[in-house]
Amino acid sequence: MISERVMDAATISSWMREIEASVRVERDHLVQLDAAIGDGDHGTNMNRGFEAVVQALGADQGSPPGRLLIIAGRTLVSTVGGASGPLWGSALRSGGRVLGDQTTFDGAQLAEVLAAALASVKDLGTASLGDKTMVDALEPAVQTLKARIADGAPVAQAMEAAAAAAEAGMRATIPLQARKGRASYLGERSVGHQDPGATSTALIVRALQRAVTSQP
Amino acid sequence: MAVETNLMRKFLNDPADLVKESLKGLAAAHPDLLRYDVANQIVVRKDAPRKGKVALISGGGSGHEPLHGGFVGLGMLDAAAPGEVFTSPVPGQMLAATKAVDGGAGVVHIVKNYTGDVLNFKLAAEDAADEGIKVTSVVIDDDVAVQDSLYTAGRRGVGATVLAEKLAGAAAEAGADLAHVTDTVKRVNARSRSFGVALSSCIPPANGKVIFDLPEGQIELGIGIHGEPGRRRAPLGRASEVVDVIFEAVISDLKPKHGSKVLAFVNGMGGTPLLELYLIYGEVDARLRKAGLEPVRNLIGSYITSLEMAGASLTVLELDDELIKLWDAPVHTPALRWRA
Repeated sequence: MISERVMDAATISSWMREIEASVRVERDHLVQLDAAIGDGDHGTNMNRGFEAVVQALGADQGSPPGRLLIIAGRTLVSTVGGASGPLWGSALRSGGRVLGDQTTFDGAQLAEVLAAALASVKDLGTASLGDKTMVDALEPAVQTLKARIADGAPVAQAMEAAAAAAEAGMRATIPLQARKGRASYLGERSVGHQDPGATSTALIVRALQRAVTSQP
Repeated sequence: MAVETNLMRKFLNDPADLVKESLKGLAAAHPDLLRYDVANQIVVRKDAPRKGKVALISGGGSGHEPLHGGFVGLGMLDAAAPGEVFTSPVPGQMLAATKAVDGGAGVVHIVKNYTGDVLNFKLAAEDAADEGIKVTSVVIDDDVAVQDSLYTAGRRGVGATVLAEKLAGAAAEAGADLAHVTDTVKRVNARSRSFGVALSSCIPPANGKVIFDLPEGQIELGIGIHGEPGRRRAPLGRASEVVDVIFEAVISDLKPKHGSKVLAFVNGMGGTPLLELYLIYGEVDARLRKAGLEPVRNLIGSYITSLEMAGASLTVLELDDELIKLWDAPVHTPALRWRA
């Protein structure tokens, strides 16, 4: 029996650094995906936003994890622009509010954080599963994480399954016709392209998996 | 960097500084009309806030110049919030603009219907309301190329944005109250329809690559203003055939009353010369008359663009007596100016 991991502020900081690194590496890929069915700025915008988040968290002095998520969300809103800024910004802020002022959190609470983030994205973006948006990656990740944690799986294992679910959801956007966001203007021509928002979402979930796994 | 810049055929120092450097130039050219607030990245009418006047602000991604910064001045916008190229500005910019222009009579946000613009303006309007400023928002969605249904983000805001800024700006300048200025924006939007076509894509300076490939001899129909591909592609025929498609799309959706007076706005996307835009206007004018409509006002030129994209859009606005009066009212901005 693996002892249950306790997560804290360092987990959140590590998550944000992992996102920054993978968005930087995948920046041009995200730009290409967005150019096909949008306007080609998604990689640039996300890169700018998470660079600012890492900088903001680097300057923070000992805030609890929930507070760090709120700072990260606020930073995204004020630096990203486009639709991803408000969507991810609100998502992280909602997630952060779940944790309040507590200094540590467990797997069940992590699932609640992601569930709150998903609820906020769906509310603000009025998107549902199958609209070819970031929801298509985030919702399966949240469902999987919740189910695995409820089954008693350790966090690292549950997060591995959640990241795989997000990646499967991301790939499943390829045959879909977009119903929300800029890609929806293309109608049938959006079919056959992987959604850039779902792609960056899968990166963000994978980054969280790395952050909880690499922790001592 | 130098090599990349040359490959792009763009005048750049550093692509990351383009928007800021351009705004600096705008302010240097028109100190009598506006100022550039560097910290907040907003363009503000020089005499703002005007006590008792309803203020109008708009904003959106850059790359559509002269929209919106070029329309700040007398009889049009009080402030503009420009984002990065094709990227919505952030709520802090709209909030700073709202605070900078509020003269106590309220502020109208003119928002083009793009998910990013709508979300960021929504957050800004909530923040402004928290600070006790009366804000109304109107979303412009005049592009008939996008089906307005549950299955899309709704029609895009394009040419009608320019007309709404001019007409509602004139109403505000004449002393109309917040409700009336807001209603003017809504009325212009409801009575306008647009459709655009492209003969080339455009190149966002941040990545230096065309957004879509358009082979020679092809035309992209139903484009927006962000270089996003249109709904379909067709062989490029004669100009009169292209205008047939554009005209039919606009008029069949607008369904103006027989005998109506209309304003026809032929807009260049950035890379099409005025020579061709006037050819298009001639074709449009003849078709309007043949359809029993009276083109009593027009606007021809590149006012809402998509970087260097070659192409054009048509916006038709069904006028009424008040809108004609507002159109003729004086305007003095960098990009649009006339006397009464």
